[in-house]
Amino acid sequence: MILPPKVLLPRLRVVAALLVSAMAAACSGEYSTLDPAGLEADRVAILFWVMLAGAVAIWIFVIVLCRSVVVRVPGENAERQARRLILWGGAVFPGVVVTVLVVFGVGMMPDLRRPADGPTIAVSGERFWWRIAYDVEGGPGVVRNLPAGGVSSANEIWLPVGRRTEILLSSPDVIHSFWIPAIAGKMDAIPGRVTRLVVEPTRTGVFAGACAEYCGDTHAQMRLRAVVVPEEEYAAHVAAQAEPAAVTEGKGPELFLRSGCGACHTVRGTPADGRVGPDLTHVGGRSTLAAAILPMSVETLADFIRSPAHLKPGVEMPAFGMLPEEEIEIIAEWLGSLE
Amino acid sequence: MTHPEEGATGPDQNDPEVRRGQEERLRKVWAAPAGWRYLSSVNNTEVGLWYVGTAMIFMLFAGVLALGMRIQLAVPENDFLSADLYSQFFTMHGTVMMFLFAIPIFESLSLILLPQLLGSRELPFPRVTAFAFWCFFVGGVFVCGSIFFGAGPKGGWFMYPPLTTQERFTPGYGPDIWLLGLSFIEIAALVAAVELIVGTLKCRAPGMRLNLMPLYAWYVLVVAGMILFAFPPLIAGDILFELERLFDWPFFDPSRGGDPILWQHLFWIFGHPEVYVIFLPAIALLAMIVPTFARRPIVGYSWVVLAAVGTGFISFGLWVHHMYTTGLPAISLGFFNAASEVVAIPTGVQIFVFLATCLAGRVIYSVPMLFAAGALAIFVIGGLTGVMVAMVPFDWQAHDSYFVVAHLHYVLIGGMLFPVVAGIHYYWPMIFGKKLSARAGWYAFWPMFIGFNIAFFPMHFSGLMGMPRRVWTYPEEMGVALPNLISTIGAFIFAAGFLIFVLDAVRPRKDQPYEKRNPWDAGTLEWLAEMPGEAWGVRSVPIIETRYPLWQQPNFIEDVSAGRFYLPDAEEGRRETIITSVLAAKPECVVRVPGPSHVPLVAAVLSGLVFIFATFHWWLLTGATAVAAGAVIIFWLWRGTAEIPEKPEKDVGLGLTLPLYRSGPASVGWWAMFITMFGDLTAFLSFLFGYYYFFTLHADFPPPGTEGPGLFWPSVAAGVFVVTWAVAELSKRSNRSGRVAAARLLMGLAAAGALAAAGTLLWGPYATRLDPVAHVYPATVWVIVIWVALHAAIGCVMLLYCLARSLAGRMTPDHDKDLSNVTLYWHFIGLQALLAVATVSLFPLAV
Repeated sequence: MILPPKVLLPRLRVVAALLVSAMAAACSGEYSTLDPAGLEADRVAILFWVMLAGAVAIWIFVIVLCRSVVVRVPGENAERQARRLILWGGAVFPGVVVTVLVVFGVGMMPDLRRPADGPTIAVSGERFWWRIAYDVEGGPGVVRNLPAGGVSSANEIWLPVGRRTEILLSSPDVIHSFWIPAIAGKMDAIPGRVTRLVVEPTRTGVFAGACAEYCGDTHAQMRLRAVVVPEEEYAAHVAAQAEPAAVTEGKGPELFLRSGCGACHTVRGTPADGRVGPDLTHVGGRSTLAAAILPMSVETLADFIRSPAHLKPGVEMPAFGMLPEEEIEIIAEWLGSLE
Repeated sequence: MTHPEEGATGPDQNDPEVRRGQEERLRKVWAAPAGWRYLSSVNNTEVGLWYVGTAMIFMLFAGVLALGMRIQLAVPENDFLSADLYSQFFTMHGTVMMFLFAIPIFESLSLILLPQLLGSRELPFPRVTAFAFWCFFVGGVFVCGSIFFGAGPKGGWFMYPPLTTQERFTPGYGPDIWLLGLSFIEIAALVAAVELIVGTLKCRAPGMRLNLMPLYAWYVLVVAGMILFAFPPLIAGDILFELERLFDWPFFDPSRGGDPILWQHLFWIFGHPEVYVIFLPAIALLAMIVPTFARRPIVGYSWVVLAAVGTGFISFGLWVHHMYTTGLPAISLGFFNAASEVVAIPTGVQIFVFLATCLAGRVIYSVPMLFAAGALAIFVIGGLTGVMVAMVPFDWQAHDSYFVVAHLHYVLIGGMLFPVVAGIHYYWPMIFGKKLSARAGWYAFWPMFIGFNIAFFPMHFSGLMGMPRRVWTYPEEMGVALPNLISTIGAFIFAAGFLIFVLDAVRPRKDQPYEKRNPWDAGTLEWLAEMPGEAWGVRSVPIIETRYPLWQQPNFIEDVSAGRFYLPDAEEGRRETIITSVLAAKPECVVRVPGPSHVPLVAAVLSGLVFIFATFHWWLLTGATAVAAGAVIIFWLWRGTAEIPEKPEKDVGLGLTLPLYRSGPASVGWWAMFITMFGDLTAFLSFLFGYYYFFTLHADFPPPGTEGPGLFWPSVAAGVFVVTWAVAELSKRSNRSGRVAAARLLMGLAAAGALAAAGTLLWGPYATRLDPVAHVYPATVWVIVIWVALHAAIGCVMLLYCLARSLAGRMTPDHDKDLSNVTLYWHFIGLQALLAVATVSLFPLAV
C-alpha cells in the first residue's frame, strides 16, 4: 500500500540524506573516480551524476507504475490504454532517452581525446609492476613496440598539471590495464600493440592507481602512484631522474652487485644494468615500494629483499633471505638513500 | 473450425472401455524404465529433470564459491583464501554460473516444457537429448572437480591470452581443463539447441501456426538460434587457443605475428549474445506467468515477438562494448556505443508488455508474481546501469571495476535467477502435481531480495571508488572496506533466502494432496498435464486454433483427455508424435521416436573421455577412445535411425492418415542436419574471420619470404571437391529414381573422391612447407585446410555408411533419409571448400 504524502515525505527525506552522506563518503579517497583531478575524470563524474539522477527517476517511475497497474481495476478502455503504454513507455521513451544520451556522451569524446600538448611518457605494464620512461619520442601512427630510450623509472608516474600528457602503453608479457581513477579512465597495455592515453590533470597532488585487467595472482598488488606537480617541478623531477644514482661507492653497491641483484635491476652509475625488474637508480626517492603496496622505508626494503613473496604473493623476484642479516640491512640502507 | 466430433471414423472415444485400453497401451509405451535401467531413459520429462537438477547443483556449488570470495573480501588484507585459490574461485564461479547453470537451465527447462507447450508427445530426437545431458554431466563434473585438486583454471571466465596461453604465466592443466571441458559442454549445448529449434519448427500440434505459438516457444526459437550462431565462434576460438597451447601455433602470440585481441573478438562475439541467451528465456518464463495471473491473454503479442527477434539480431552487433579500453579507433567506439544503447528499446518493449498486460487484467497475488516483481525491480537497475556502461567515456572508468560486477549481477540475478525461481514455482505442479509452499516462497523471497540488494548495490560505489574486479584483496586506504563488509553480509542473507527455497523444493511432500488439473487456471497448452502427471505428455494431440486454447477453445481439456484428437492410441506399441509443417503446422507425417537406451550414455562417456585424455596429453588413449566413441555412434545410428516402418502410413484419428516415413525437408532429420550445418559454417567463417583479421593487422600478410600453399594443389582440390559434391548429389537422384546399382557405384566413387579432395587440399601447404609454428600466417592456413579436410573425411565415412545401408537393405529408393541428409551435408562442405581455396590461394593473388 502506498503511504500518504505526509508520512512518506519525511521518510524520503531521511533516506535522501543518508544517500547523500553515503555518496559524499564515496566521493573521497585517493582511488576514487568521483573525486576528480583530471579533465576526463571530471567530465565522466558529471556524466555519472547526470545519468544516476535520470536512472533513479526512471526506476522510481517504473516501480510506481508497476504498483499502480497491479492495483488498478481495468476500465473499459484498458486494452487501448495498455497498447499505448507499450508504445510510449516501452519504445518511444527509451528511444528518446538513449538518443539524447548517445548524442551527449559521444559528443564528449572528441574533446576528451584531443591530441597531447605536453610530454610523452612510455609505460610498460609488467608482471607485476609498471616500467616508466619519461620524455620518449611519441610519433604518430600505429607502432607495435614502445619507443626505446627515455628516462627510466618505475611505479610512480609524475605528470605536469594543466598539460595534456600522452601516455604510450604496452606490455612484454600479458595484458594489463593502466588506471588512475581520479585523473582519467583506463587503457589496456597489450603485448604486441601500443595503445595511447592522453591525460590532463587539473590539480596537483598524489593519486593512486591500479592495474585493472586481471594479469595473474598478484593482480591485486599491481598498483601505482601518480604525482601531479606544476610544470617546472615536473621538468626538474625528470632531470633529477636522468641523473645517475646519488651513491655509487661503498659497501651497499658492492654487496648489491655481489649478490647478483644487477642481473635484474639497473642502478645507473654502477655496473648494475639488468632490465628485468624496476630501475632502482632513484628508488629511495619514491614514496612507495613494490608497485605501490608498501610505504618506502629502509625496513620495508629489507623485508622485501628477505621475502618478497611474503609481502606480494606471486612476485617474480626470488627471496634473498639466505643473505646474512647485516648484508640485507646494508643493501636496504643504500637503496633507501638513493633519492 | 474442425470440432473433434466431426468426421470421426475411428474407435468410439466416448466408450470408457476403449479409452482404458488406449491409456494402458500409451502408459506402457511411454513408461520410464525402472531400477538400474532408469538411467537409460531418454524421455524429455526424465532427462529434462536430471538436466535441471544437475544445473541447480552446479549453481549451488558456484554459489558456495561466491560466499568463499565474499568472506575473503569482507575485510581488507584478509587471508581466508590465498591469491591462487581466490583466482580459481572467481574463474570457476563465473564459468560454472555461465556454462553449467545459466545456459543449461534454459535448455533443460525448455526440454521439459516445449513438448507440453506445443501439444507434442516428445521432442524429435530423445536420444540426442539424453546424449547432450550426459555430455553436460561428464564435462561439468570434470571441470568442477579440478578445483578440488587445486588444478582449476584461473584465468577468469574469459581466459584472455597470453596470460592463459603461455606456460610461463599459467603453468599446469588449468586452461586445458577449461578449454576442452567447456568445448565439450558447448557442443552438448549446440546439440540441444538444434533439438529445440527442430522441435519448435516441426513438432507443433496441428493448426498451431507460428503466430499462435506460446511466447515461450518464440523465445526458444530466438535463443536457440542465437546459441547456434554465437557458440561456434567460441568453439573456433577454443580450437585456436588449444592449438597454441598444445602445438605452439602462435595465434595469440605477438612475437610471431599473432594477436591476443583476436581472442577477445571471438570470445565476445559469443559472449555478448550469451547475455541475451541467458536473459531472454527468463523473459519467456515471465511471458507465460504474467498472463496467467493477470487473468487475460498477453497484450501486444506481436510486440514481444518483434522485440525478442530484434534483441537476438542486435545482440550480435554489440560485442565491442566489452573492449572499449583496448585502444580501438574512436569511430568504432562511437558506432558500438550507439548500437549498445539501441538494445534498450526492445528490452523496454518487453518489460512494458508485462506492465500493459497487468494494466488490462486483474492481477492476483502468487509467489511466481512476487518473484516476477522482484525481478523487475532488480533488472531495471541492471538495465539502467547497462545504459551507463555502454557509454564509452563512462565505461573507461567503470570497465573492469566493481561497478561492472554490480551491473552484471543486477542483470543476471534480476534478469535470470529471480524469473527462474518464479518459473520453478509456477511449473512445479505441472511436473510433480503438487505446488511448492506459498509461505516458504514468501520467506525465501524477502531475504533473497533484500540480501541481494545489500550485497550488490554497494559494489557500484566500491567500483567507482577505484576497486578493480578480480582482486583477491584490497588495501585499507582504498576506502572500500565498509562497502565490502556490507556486501559480504548481504551475500549471506541472500544465500539464506535461496536456501529456504531449496529446502522447500527438496523436502518430502508425501502427505500433500495432488493439485486439481490446471491449478493456476492458466490458458496455455502445458496445463493439460494430468495431476499426477502421465508419461505420455498429451492424451491426444490436439488441433490448435487460438493462443490460449484452455481459455478460448470450448471443452478443450475434456476433448483432449477423452482422446478425441489425433493419436489417441499406441496400437503398434511405439512412441509416436505428429510432425507438422514449419509455418502453418499442417500435419505431414508421424514420427516414431526411440525409447530407452544406454547408447547415448555410453557414447557421451566415451566422447567425454576423448576430451579428458586430450587434456592430459595421453594421446594413445585419446585416439583409442575417439575410435570407440565413433564406433558407438555409428552403431547408434545404424540401429536406431531412419528405420523403415512396417507399413507406409497410419490412421491417426479424425479421418486423417499420415505417412510414417518422409525424407527431405519434411523429415526432422533433414532439418537437424540443415541447422547443424549452419552452426558448423559459422565456426568455419570464424576461422576465415581470423585470416582476414590478420590480413588487416599486418602490412604484409602473407609475410615476406613465405610462400603460401600455392595455386596448383588448392585448385586441384577445389575441382575434386566440386566433382565429389556433384557425384554425391547424383547418387541421391539415381537412388530416388530406382537405379540402385548406379547409386551404389556413385556413393563409392564419391567416398573415394572425398578422400582425394582432403588429400589434395592438405598437399598444398605441405608441398610448400608451411610451418605452422613459425608464424601466424601458416598456422591460419593450416587451420582452414585441416578443418575442411576433416569435414571431407567425415563426409567420406557418411557416404560409406549410406552405401552399407543400401547394401544391407536399410536404405531403398523410397526410404532415403540417410542419403538425402548426407547430400545436404555435402552442399555445405562444397561451399566451405570453395571459400577455403578462395581465401588461402586466390585472395593473396588479388591483393
